[in-house]
Amino acid sequence: MKNLIVHAKRLLAAALLAPALVLASAEGPQLDKAPLSKDPESLKRGATIFVTTCMACHSASFMRYNKLTEIGFTEAEIKEKLLPPDKKVGDLMTIAMRPQDAKKWFGGVAPPDLTLVTRQRNSELGSGADWVYTYLRTFYRDPTRPNGWNNVVFPGAGMPHVFWELQGEQTAKITKHPDGTESIELVLSKPGSMSAQEYDKMVADVVSFMQWMGEPIAEKRKSIGIWVMIYLAVFFALAYALKKAYWKDVH
Amino acid sequence: MTTKSGLLQWIDERFPLTSTIREHLTEYYAPKNFNFWYYFGSLALLVLVIQIVTGIFLVMHYKPDASLNASGIPVAFASVEYIMREVPGGWFIRYMHSTGASAFFIVVYMHMFRGLLYGSYRTPRELVWIFGVLIFLALMAEAFMGYLLPWGQMSYWGAQVIINLFSAIPVIGPDLSTVIRGDFVISDATLNRFFSLHVIAVPLVLLLLVAAHIIALHEVGSNNPDGIEIKKKKDANGRPLDGIPFHPYYTVKDIVGVAGFLIVFFAVLFFVPEAGGYFLEYNNFIPANPMVTPPHIAPVWYFTPFYSILRAVTYPLFGIDAKFWGVVAMGAAVVIIAFLPWLDRSPVKSIRYKGPIYKTALTIFVISFFILGYLGVLPPTPGRTLVSQICAVLYFAFFLLMPWYSKIDPCKPEPERVTWK
Repeated sequence: MKNLIVHAKRLLAAALLAPALVLASAEGPQLDKAPLSKDPESLKRGATIFVTTCMACHSASFMRYNKLTEIGFTEAEIKEKLLPPDKKVGDLMTIAMRPQDAKKWFGGVAPPDLTLVTRQRNSELGSGADWVYTYLRTFYRDPTRPNGWNNVVFPGAGMPHVFWELQGEQTAKITKHPDGTESIELVLSKPGSMSAQEYDKMVADVVSFMQWMGEPIAEKRKSIGIWVMIYLAVFFALAYALKKAYWKDVH
Repeated sequence: MTTKSGLLQWIDERFPLTSTIREHLTEYYAPKNFNFWYYFGSLALLVLVIQIVTGIFLVMHYKPDASLNASGIPVAFASVEYIMREVPGGWFIRYMHSTGASAFFIVVYMHMFRGLLYGSYRTPRELVWIFGVLIFLALMAEAFMGYLLPWGQMSYWGAQVIINLFSAIPVIGPDLSTVIRGDFVISDATLNRFFSLHVIAVPLVLLLLVAAHIIALHEVGSNNPDGIEIKKKKDANGRPLDGIPFHPYYTVKDIVGVAGFLIVFFAVLFFVPEAGGYFLEYNNFIPANPMVTPPHIAPVWYFTPFYSILRAVTYPLFGIDAKFWGVVAMGAAVVIIAFLPWLDRSPVKSIRYKGPIYKTALTIFVISFFILGYLGVLPPTPGRTLVSQICAVLYFAFFLLMPWYSKIDPCKPEPERVTWK
């Protein structure tokens, strides 16, 4: 009997240790923390860049233009600054390029819809916003690629560096480690019109907007949640008092 | 019954209203010593209602259509985002439903574990238990088919992996998987039939089984943490000495459980609706793309223990593919639960009076279950497969060796009356 218990305890210890043997180490490039902002001015700047630059190729087809009033635009501003001539303010933020044409032009992969990209790119490496923030800052010159650009977090990306005039050109110094891994260090070889700080701030604006766009209800959801928690705490206390009162005579 | 009002009497002469309320609520005597673990039955019922009500509203706006819209997005996927963004309160309904799916399994796993703790499956509750296992099976089918509907990458490829498993069954396999899909690949036909089954067929089965589960329970009476029958000790009026009427005692007590549950449920819903990628997988925010296989396909967390058992089987037997035996093992892992009433030979029901062997066996079983669940979300490696094989053997050993270890386990004597521990 005693032997059995000792044996069982050993098995238990082995079972408890097992997860340590199989714990996965996260693989992939290091992501920089995106300095997300909820400031309407920052979101509006980000939205403007998104609509005027990103939407040359990418749709945000789950969004409507007039939804942008939620981050501080007026409908007049949307019409004046953001709306393409053929669209109405209540239209979806789709693009003229048809997916099947885009596929042909971009080597088989159409530029994806970006509405949800910050929700799609979440991983154990970091949030989706971190991924986009790092992605937009780690393009480098690579003559082996058809479009002349490569990217650290998305090697072989089909997209060229659209902000290269702002950031400048980076080149990569690839170090091969004895354990077979590689690390990439980026050097600014040709400065752009923005300083590194200015560029990071601009990218942060775009990413903040994309984070908002991924789930526009997110902030409201959290603020409602606090009231729900308060309500339920009171409800719990009352329910508990009611139970106590009813159960007084149960022994 | 002269005190009855006119209307009630009118109804009672035509429908057993008062007597049903008596039988199931006001004069249904439940043991007075229920503890924490006894909240989960009523909570499972609550989650079922949440899923049905939110489901009704989702169906009003959801479109089971795999064709692509002008932006190249599947209509089904876009309709979910439409619910999330444009339907008033739609995000709340959808998050209720997605959080509810995971909550259902958490609550049901706790409810089943309660059965293991206190021997709730023992005589005379075998049918209560079997109905429960059938509910669990129906719930798995319901969840699996519901998961295809958002038509994201994980919806698509998860279904692809699971339906392909059926093709490993000898002779009928390939045809069977075609019948399930309604096509040779996962397609619009699959989406439409899964929608139909998810919103009509399986919920009907679930409701019938839940009714049978409760009727059977009320016939034999509830077990309790001491695992003794309260019906053995009755007062002069024939009421169990240790029983109290379900209503009002347990209705008011279950309200406390509901409040506690809702705090956790809504904390997830309002603050972390994705639950770190476990309740809503990140990859499922990418529309289904039959051309792009995700690097790693993992089922949702509640299936992972059973998925691990499936993957643990790596040997072909009798000239049939290992995949087939994996499916058999996965099915057996669920079905074997139904046999517990006949596997347990212990003289006592409750873990309180069972000996160290059962306590150890149950602990190992629970740990194995968690490890299997954990491994099921990870891509396999030789080391992980070995660990999952060990855990799968331990999982089955808990059941298959029970007739022997439950018999020799030195148990403590059961008390005459229920206790407050």
